[in-house]
Amino acid sequence: MSGRDEVLAGVRGALGERRRADVAVPRGYLTRLTGPDAASRADVVALFTERVAALGVAVRHVGGDELATAVAAVLWGWEAKRIVVPADLPYGWLADLDGVRALADSTVLDVPALAAVDGVVTGCAAAVAQTGTVVLDGGRAQGRRALTLVPDRHLCVVHADQIVGSVPEAVRRLDPDVPQAWISGPPVATPGDGPPHGPRTLEMLVVED
Amino acid sequence: MTSAAGGPDPHAGFGIGALLGLVNGQQGSAARRRRAEGKPVVPRFAEAAREALADAGARHELAESAAAARERTAAAVSELPDWEALRAAGAAIRDRALLDLDVHLETFEQAVADAGGTVHWARDASAARRIVASLVRDAGDGEVAVADGPVLRETGLAGSLAARGLAVLDASGPEGRDRVRAARVAVTGADFLVADSGTVLLLEADGAARACLTLPETLVCVAGLDRVVPEWEDMEVLLQLLPRAGRGDRLSPQVSAWSGAVPGDGPGEVHVVLVDNGRARILADEVGREALRCIGCGACSAVCPVYERVGERPFDPRGTGRSGPIGAVWTPLARGVDRAPEASLPFASTLCGACADVCPVKIDIPGLLVHLRGEVVDARRHRPVPTPELAVMRGVAWTMADARRFETATGSGARWARLLSRGGRIRRLPGLLGRWTEARDLTAPPAEPFRAWWRRRAPSRRSTK
Amino acid sequence: MRVALFVACVDDAMFPGTGRAVTSLLERLGHEVVFPADQTCCGQLHWTTGYRREAAGLARRFAGVFAGAGGTVVTPSASCAAAVRSSYRSIARAAGDPGLERAAAGLEVYELTEFLVDVLGVTDVGARFPHRVTYQPTCHAARALRVGDRPLRLLRAVKDLELVELPAGEECCGFGGAFAVKNADVSVAMVADKVRHVRDTGADVVCALDNACLAHIGGALSRLRAGVRTAHLAEILASTGDPS
Repeated sequence: MSGRDEVLAGVRGALGERRRADVAVPRGYLTRLTGPDAASRADVVALFTERVAALGVAVRHVGGDELATAVAAVLWGWEAKRIVVPADLPYGWLADLDGVRALADSTVLDVPALAAVDGVVTGCAAAVAQTGTVVLDGGRAQGRRALTLVPDRHLCVVHADQIVGSVPEAVRRLDPDVPQAWISGPPVATPGDGPPHGPRTLEMLVVED
Repeated sequence: MTSAAGGPDPHAGFGIGALLGLVNGQQGSAARRRRAEGKPVVPRFAEAAREALADAGARHELAESAAAARERTAAAVSELPDWEALRAAGAAIRDRALLDLDVHLETFEQAVADAGGTVHWARDASAARRIVASLVRDAGDGEVAVADGPVLRETGLAGSLAARGLAVLDASGPEGRDRVRAARVAVTGADFLVADSGTVLLLEADGAARACLTLPETLVCVAGLDRVVPEWEDMEVLLQLLPRAGRGDRLSPQVSAWSGAVPGDGPGEVHVVLVDNGRARILADEVGREALRCIGCGACSAVCPVYERVGERPFDPRGTGRSGPIGAVWTPLARGVDRAPEASLPFASTLCGACADVCPVKIDIPGLLVHLRGEVVDARRHRPVPTPELAVMRGVAWTMADARRFETATGSGARWARLLSRGGRIRRLPGLLGRWTEARDLTAPPAEPFRAWWRRRAPSRRSTK
Repeated sequence: MRVALFVACVDDAMFPGTGRAVTSLLERLGHEVVFPADQTCCGQLHWTTGYRREAAGLARRFAGVFAGAGGTVVTPSASCAAAVRSSYRSIARAAGDPGLERAAAGLEVYELTEFLVDVLGVTDVGARFPHRVTYQPTCHAARALRVGDRPLRLLRAVKDLELVELPAGEECCGFGGAFAVKNADVSVAMVADKVRHVRDTGADVVCALDNACLAHIGGALSRLRAGVRTAHLAEILASTGDPS
């Protein structure tokens, strides 16, 4: 008997001939954010900002026409010379860069090359107000997973309409077939362990249109 | 029923004299033999706990960290108005998965294959070690990055890979951050498996697993086969329960979800090893299978007053990494209660119920402990010579089956106790009950039990039948 | 109303004052108390120690005795009330005895403070107890029965009683039935912390709804000559002066 057949036979044997009927899942929990935090879009965005900041993330609100300047200002603050960006990052986001070279990931940089840059700029697929989370799923302006893992600084641009209130709202927006990284603040080292993996500096720009 | 001298009736176990006859030591002959032969002995809970209690510094640290963890978790939980509804949903989601486990596992396997990955099946820890070692050897250059996790500790994977001559690199270790980036193959655990999409989820704080599942060319992901859930939507519940009940996070700092191999993004070769290692045995126990709902948050340990005082080791006699109240049910369920260390675990609780109150998937841990105590006692009923405890408990039951017998035994016990007491206090008892009086006095029983008072008070009134 | 009094076997043999107090309290409130004389033990100790066969026998017996007595059953033991109300279902299922499950479901068993507050609707029972008192919410009262603040509401209404809160009150005292001897070292470590908290309150009496837990706490207090005595809550509620 193969391992597969043996394991499955064990499970079937354990469940026996007569199985219990289907279990109904009582889905009486909240699927949307409620209460004063969700009274308006502005409240949801404000909650996101508060929760992200509580995780040690520098976050600023900018208008759509200020985005390029704000991105340049963050990179200037990092003293960045070379950054990496997903190949499909909107060109306009980087329009105000001065003295910073942006490498597009179209050539698929190897890990040492990613480690050598001063930071990465991406968008996101969704953001969760209640938990202060951004979710990247490899879609537009996000790139592959290594991009937001290896560089030591990550600037994430979040459009206000990407922010949902709760975890269920985000889960329902996302496709489980594509790889996702849910990022809630910078990684946290376990006491006694080595340094954590992933960008130790995480900054966000919330774009209000 | 009582002898003329006032001593206990040999048939009526309730007499304190019968309890006095119990031997104090509970160590079995097998353990004595191993110890005499100088072989390592897997300790029973009480023995390991005694050692742990002696370390006052560690106790203080445990108490402080447990208090801090409880506070964080309580804050994260109280923030959600629908926590109880989430718990109810979480329990049902896990039950739904477990009660058709074979179906969901096959669905998962197919979905992973469709997404370009491969599923392997390991009957036990040694099969898991063999499968992983072979995958690692085929894929790598002799070095493997490992992001430690509960299943890896349970199966002893890292040690076994090292013993097979592979260079094992701890991704959470001091050099992990830089060296994982050069590794060609990595091994991680998994928190959840979504059957209908083949998605694997991993929640963590330090990103070590995220690095391992993103950077190398080959990923070997090892998962307990209990961790499957039927559909993606189930994650909207579990992604709220696990982080809040566990570290007290609103969401874990890093959550990774992926299905199979993704061209141009992450490992080109993805393996998922499904580990049974006693889980089917737990599933076969219609009462005990509730333990398989566990999502590994550790909340039960954080609130357990016994764990707070003795720590991990006494709860985990064989070092499988599953400790605390859930370990005290999981280990005996997975391994059986024939051996003394496993048989001692269900008794490592006052049944105070704090764990059941915080469990995010509503596992009735005290109920399962009682169930397992029944299994331990039943296994011992068949011994040719009954245990002293069995004799006493049978005697008590026999005594209690008749109100007059009970009253007679009460009188006899009181006479015994008065012989041992001074000023209404008993300060020292022999035998098993001596464990009580090592640090606690016992009130001497009164001359007149309640029912005698009731009769005296209302001699004419007919007590109900 | 007519109340069938259920006195736990331990209370009958070791703490008869508690049953006497419940009797006098309920009679003072104008109710008729009967004591079904055939009662012995609810089987809790056997059940929680793993002797399910013996527990089932005692549970059947208990259900028979109190079904025969009829009406509302009241007990001053929170853990025995919890055993009958919730464990009997498990005992019946483990024994494959649907008759026992039905019989258990038919019993109407109240712990004393539940009966006073929920059924009789009283919190002021006309008691006087001139002492500084702290209340230990035992595990079965707090988590199995969830009696909540009922005991505190009753205590607050007692004349001349000064109620002080017990820090970390809801943490187990370490008794746990057989645990107290099977894992005596841990049990003692737990009760040591409980006793420290009790002494910190400056109370002269610690009360609870379970005499077994009180025997454990009281045994440690007595060994330390702490000068704090234990009393079942029923004894405080029955008191109309200074009993000591």
